Amino acid sequence: MSAPLIVFFLLAALAVVGALSLILQKHPIHSALSLIVVMVSLAGLYLLMGAEFVAAVQIIVYGGAIMVLFVFVIMLLNASAEEHTDFSKLAKFGGLPLALALTGLLAAAMIHNGSAVPNNVTPDALASTTDISMSLFSTFVYPFELTSFLILVAIMGALVLAQREKKT
Amino acid sequence: MNSVTTFLTQDGGFWVLTFGKIALLLFIVLTVNAYLTWFERKVVALMQSRVGPHRVGPHGLLQPAADGLKFLFKEDVMPGGVDKFVYLLAPFLALTLALASLAVIPFGPKPLPPPFTFFGHQIDLWITNPDIGLLVLFAITALGVYGVALAGWASNSKYPLLGGLRSSAQMVSYELSMTMSVVGVVLMANSFSLTKIISLQDSSKWGLLSWNIFTFHGGFPQVVGFLCFFISAIAETNRVPFDLPEAESELVAGFHTEYSSFKFAMFFIAEYTSMISVSSLCAILFFGGWYSPIPDLPWLQFTHYLPSLILIPFGLWVIFDGVRYETIFGKVILPGLGTAIAGVGALLLAGVWIAPLHEVNEYIQGPFWLLSKIFFFLFFYVWARGTLPRFRYDQLMHIGWKLLLPVSIANVIITAGCVLRWGHP
Amino acid sequence: MVPTQYYLVLSAILFGLGAVAFVVKRNIITIFMSIELMLNAVNLAFVAFSQSMPDKIGGHKLDGQVFVLFVIVVAAAEAAVGLGIIILTARNRRSLNIERVDLLKL
Repeated sequence: MSAPLIVFFLLAALAVVGALSLILQKHPIHSALSLIVVMVSLAGLYLLMGAEFVAAVQIIVYGGAIMVLFVFVIMLLNASAEEHTDFSKLAKFGGLPLALALTGLLAAAMIHNGSAVPNNVTPDALASTTDISMSLFSTFVYPFELTSFLILVAIMGALVLAQREKKT
Repeated sequence: MNSVTTFLTQDGGFWVLTFGKIALLLFIVLTVNAYLTWFERKVVALMQSRVGPHRVGPHGLLQPAADGLKFLFKEDVMPGGVDKFVYLLAPFLALTLALASLAVIPFGPKPLPPPFTFFGHQIDLWITNPDIGLLVLFAITALGVYGVALAGWASNSKYPLLGGLRSSAQMVSYELSMTMSVVGVVLMANSFSLTKIISLQDSSKWGLLSWNIFTFHGGFPQVVGFLCFFISAIAETNRVPFDLPEAESELVAGFHTEYSSFKFAMFFIAEYTSMISVSSLCAILFFGGWYSPIPDLPWLQFTHYLPSLILIPFGLWVIFDGVRYETIFGKVILPGLGTAIAGVGALLLAGVWIAPLHEVNEYIQGPFWLLSKIFFFLFFYVWARGTLPRFRYDQLMHIGWKLLLPVSIANVIITAGCVLRWGHP
Repeated sequence: MVPTQYYLVLSAILFGLGAVAFVVKRNIITIFMSIELMLNAVNLAFVAFSQSMPDKIGGHKLDGQVFVLFVIVVAAAEAAVGLGIIILTARNRRSLNIERVDLLKL
């Protein structure tokens, strides 16, 4: 039971508890807080894997911007707790078993073919930011420019959606 | 006993040392926070031609203790209809994040010299020094928005909700220009690590001119970057002139209206701690960190005794001031404090003749200069509070998006061009 | 060291939980958040594969992490526009319950 394994189980348990809490909470703000817990624990897992830049970006962008947007919208729309909290029949007898079957299938596939996954992990290896940026700006420069264009389109879309209706 | 020693010489010792450093840093920072409030009230009062706290202890020095006791003993009111979990989480989150940002700030270049190792572990003057230290600070700042937004929402009342939304919108907007204005420094240093950024501003040859704000070595003087960063940081910490969301005349008290006693104190401490953290970032990134403005030439060696030159007269003044008072705090404790301060100064000065004390004097040069710069920036914060009126909300947003963000992006482009042309051999 | 399969199984569990949340919850915003949860689970799988790759494959070891950056950016763009649409829908139908948004007619 080495130290990285203990840390992995702690963070994994935190992530799963957060995801369960997302499903089981009635108020959307509590679901949002649970999702933030999931994201922070995933950032911890990225750090454990040596991907420090990705962990920092996950917290700054996902936890510090996207989830703030969610929390803003929940506050602005004054969302309240859900009224009917029991699951519909279709969800209980159809959806839930199917989703669990999906999870089980994926997990079983990964465990069964575990030997096929390369396991060349150098312990304590950190992925340096320099290497990621070299890769980003040489091999992936075209997707990079496309994503900047995508963000521009998203900004314009959000602006158009936020306009008030013109009274004609 | 033997097993404890073996445990401490291996990994266990590292963890014990880190927790010890964290406890010490927390104690120091909380005390500095308390006296920062005293300092602010005194300086703002003197700028407004009045005296400030002067009743509770000599020169009002016990005022923070009195305030702390007041916060502890006040009635803890929780308004009805609040979402209890989120209401209690918000100040806790704000305080935790503000204090966590101090973990990556380096306070001195060299670890404690060999006699002072902890069972074989070197004692550095920082808690941790990751390769992405600057990104960790920005991640913590990004998460700091939640303390404000959730506090405003959980209070189940109009004014806190509006104040919280406005304040978090302001924080998110200024976060952008804050991070962009630092990219110039990162380009010149080629790393996110704070110690590496400081080591680039080594001032032994050129003194003041090698700090990032003035430098020409492989880059562009980061004056514009510094101004953008400092202004954005003032807005980020919700201080005057950007404190409309918590202004008393506008929104009662903004997002912390419904919080009383200790929970309000937690927001208070969080705000002052983030002030300290931002001031240290300014000092580290733009003003040379722990390097002195005076070059390290042989005929300027006497400037190494500047700490004692400051401490001895200050200690003597404290002694002479203390004996005037009639209370015990004034008559006994203040002169004792003064003697201690003057004694430390004299000991450092004795380094001219005694060799080990000379080593001690050399060792504290780094932390001394860093702490003086942090103090200067904190004074600047308080000075801004005493002098400037506050911005209207739309003016605030205009400055953040239409002024600071384009200027900091232009700074990045120009610095990148200069680094490409002249930097990084 | 932690074997890569552990990360992949965790990613599968999180993805499954996201799918369950998507199917079961009734608030539009919570359903949107479950999409983000599924994207996060996929990110975890990407980074797990990235760290397990040997260094010898011609400089492609960090591709997983670069792809995670792209996924995060696309999720941000999607969240911005999607939440704008949700605000408009909520204003028009005066409810955040997805059972009231299942017809095109108001």
